[in-house]
Amino acid sequence: MALLSGQNLACVKQDRILFENINFSIDSSELLYVRGQNGAGKTSLLRILVGLADPAEGTIEYKQQNIQQANELYCQDLVYFGHKLGLSLNLNAIENLRFWCQLNQVTTSESELYELLANLGLVGLEDVMVSQLSAGQQRRVALARLWLKASAKLWILDEPFTALDVQGIALLRNKMIQHLSEGGAIIITSHQTLDVDYPTSELVLEYRI
Amino acid sequence: MTAMLMAIFKRDLALAIRQRAELLQPMMFFVLVISLFPLGVGPGPETLQKIGPGVIWVAAILSSLLGMERLFRDDFQDGTLEQLMLSGAPMPLVCVVKVLVHWLVSIFPLILLSPLLGVFLNLNLAMYWALLATLLVGTPLLSLVGAVAVGLTVGLQKGGVLLALLLLPVFVPLLIFATAAVDAASLQLPYTAHLGLIGAMLLLAFALAPVAIAYALKVSQS
Amino acid sequence: MWKWLHPYAKSESTYKLCQTLLPWFSLSAGITLTIGIIWGLMFAPADYQQGDSFRIIYIHVPSAITSMSAYAAMALAAVIGLVWQIRTAYMAMIAIAPVGAMMTFIALFTGAAWGKPMWGTWWVWDARLTSELVLLFLYLGVISLYKSFDDKIQAGKAAGVMSIVGVINLPIIHYSVEWWNTLHQGATISKFSKPSIAPEMFWPLMLNLLAAVLLIGAITLKRLQNELLRREIHRPWAVKTLLKEGKG
Repeated sequence: MALLSGQNLACVKQDRILFENINFSIDSSELLYVRGQNGAGKTSLLRILVGLADPAEGTIEYKQQNIQQANELYCQDLVYFGHKLGLSLNLNAIENLRFWCQLNQVTTSESELYELLANLGLVGLEDVMVSQLSAGQQRRVALARLWLKASAKLWILDEPFTALDVQGIALLRNKMIQHLSEGGAIIITSHQTLDVDYPTSELVLEYRI
Repeated sequence: MTAMLMAIFKRDLALAIRQRAELLQPMMFFVLVISLFPLGVGPGPETLQKIGPGVIWVAAILSSLLGMERLFRDDFQDGTLEQLMLSGAPMPLVCVVKVLVHWLVSIFPLILLSPLLGVFLNLNLAMYWALLATLLVGTPLLSLVGAVAVGLTVGLQKGGVLLALLLLPVFVPLLIFATAAVDAASLQLPYTAHLGLIGAMLLLAFALAPVAIAYALKVSQS
Repeated sequence: MWKWLHPYAKSESTYKLCQTLLPWFSLSAGITLTIGIIWGLMFAPADYQQGDSFRIIYIHVPSAITSMSAYAAMALAAVIGLVWQIRTAYMAMIAIAPVGAMMTFIALFTGAAWGKPMWGTWWVWDARLTSELVLLFLYLGVISLYKSFDDKIQAGKAAGVMSIVGVINLPIIHYSVEWWNTLHQGATISKFSKPSIAPEMFWPLMLNLLAAVLLIGAITLKRLQNELLRREIHRPWAVKTLLKEGKG
């Protein structure tokens, strides 16, 4: 039984067909790479998969249920990491993460948040406004969600390695492997290759004129 | 869920307080526009009393439009809106909370300023009470209906003027009823009927607008 | 409803439907318009108070009435689009919008031209002229919102929401403005049983009203066809149609 599957997906942007007839399915402990040139529609596909945008055609099912109908269940099991980080520039890291936890009904204590940020290499930056952080630091704060929402079964990550330094990449890579080993699934777009010992499939989007 | 909505309320309030300077601008605009009128039409107390209610209401609509753009702009740009939509929280309720905070921080102060402006435009006490009542019932309607258009234009780079173009015609009935109420008060007539009409429009907006705002935001995301 | 609408969700069948209807609409619009205008402007009796200048009623009233109904039709198309997720409904919506705006403008212009001999001034803040003016603003808002989006599917949805907001507001605007100021003469064709207008004037007016409806229909159909072709230019059926019509 597939965790998430898409049938016959199509996306039309500005009256141009970005892609059509996309079929895929992903199971627990699987990693799905979405590949394609710039402008092939990788981000559009991921936004459709999480339910932010509607596909022009086709259906997406999470645990055999349409994601529109089972929206609440789907949202509970999902972490989406997109181009926009979802951090308010005028709040500090702790405030941002605390707000996100409240939204997603994740219970954490203040000390856990501090500890997590320390693990992510952000010691001493907890009370700094996000607008003052560097691009890489901002991304680390946003990635903390992967650690916070332990119950999530599916991660959908859009270029998560961008702007991260070597340590950051290693940190994220290890976390992804841990997630897969615990039965989680990951859908990712990335220019980095990620060698993992888990079933990996690829979905290639052709650039169309 | 209440905890979720409460968290959104607190966060929006905290953010608004940190951006005080931006909030003050529509208020300053409101006062400035109204002080221009005596300079433009002459300081005759009777003229001012006659145009006063209309001037205050038009200025209130214009200055609330100025501040309205802020409602979803930052959340849209930094991606908080995406995370909100993916949190599974019921978006219509989330929108109501956001509109409520916006009303509290950027429109309620205008109402607090209105006694001063009543003095500027030589309104008598009866007119002032009517003005206050219409502002209290009418401005939430402004915010709710305005939020639909803000939701639709949030993804556009050039939203500002378009927002005014979309909303000003829609606010015509509100302007008419509100100024008529103050006029009635100036003639010592009852104005509860006018207030009732504005109230009815507010209820209608309250029933329909949250769903429309949520849908508008969804359209802007795709 | 869905069953009936479903075939027209396909752009090709909508195009063909337009193709079939268009000649009927344009032909009958042409005939009724010619007869109606000639009848109204030349043969119908002159008003005993207003003289010949009242004849502008044969353009003013039909355009004013249809400008409102065109807005309702536009909002209806938007509702169909939103509820049943039909792309062609949005195209129909945006095909109607400028036609309706044009009718509103004609109504305003003829109203002003009528006002000059009647009230001695081009513009009076009369209740119905004011509603028409607000209606024109509503149309312009919907059109400019649509134009602001690059992605036309998104544009259709956004403009659809705005036109529904407008249509809910329209009666409120109408009655508020009416109540705010009534300078205009009483309604001319409010009661069909006992029209307050002589039958010799009533029938040409009705004919012109019908002509206006047919004209809006014809222009909208043509605009919808153009919109369909423009939006679907990458589809084989559109290319085939264009080639065929280019030859013929």
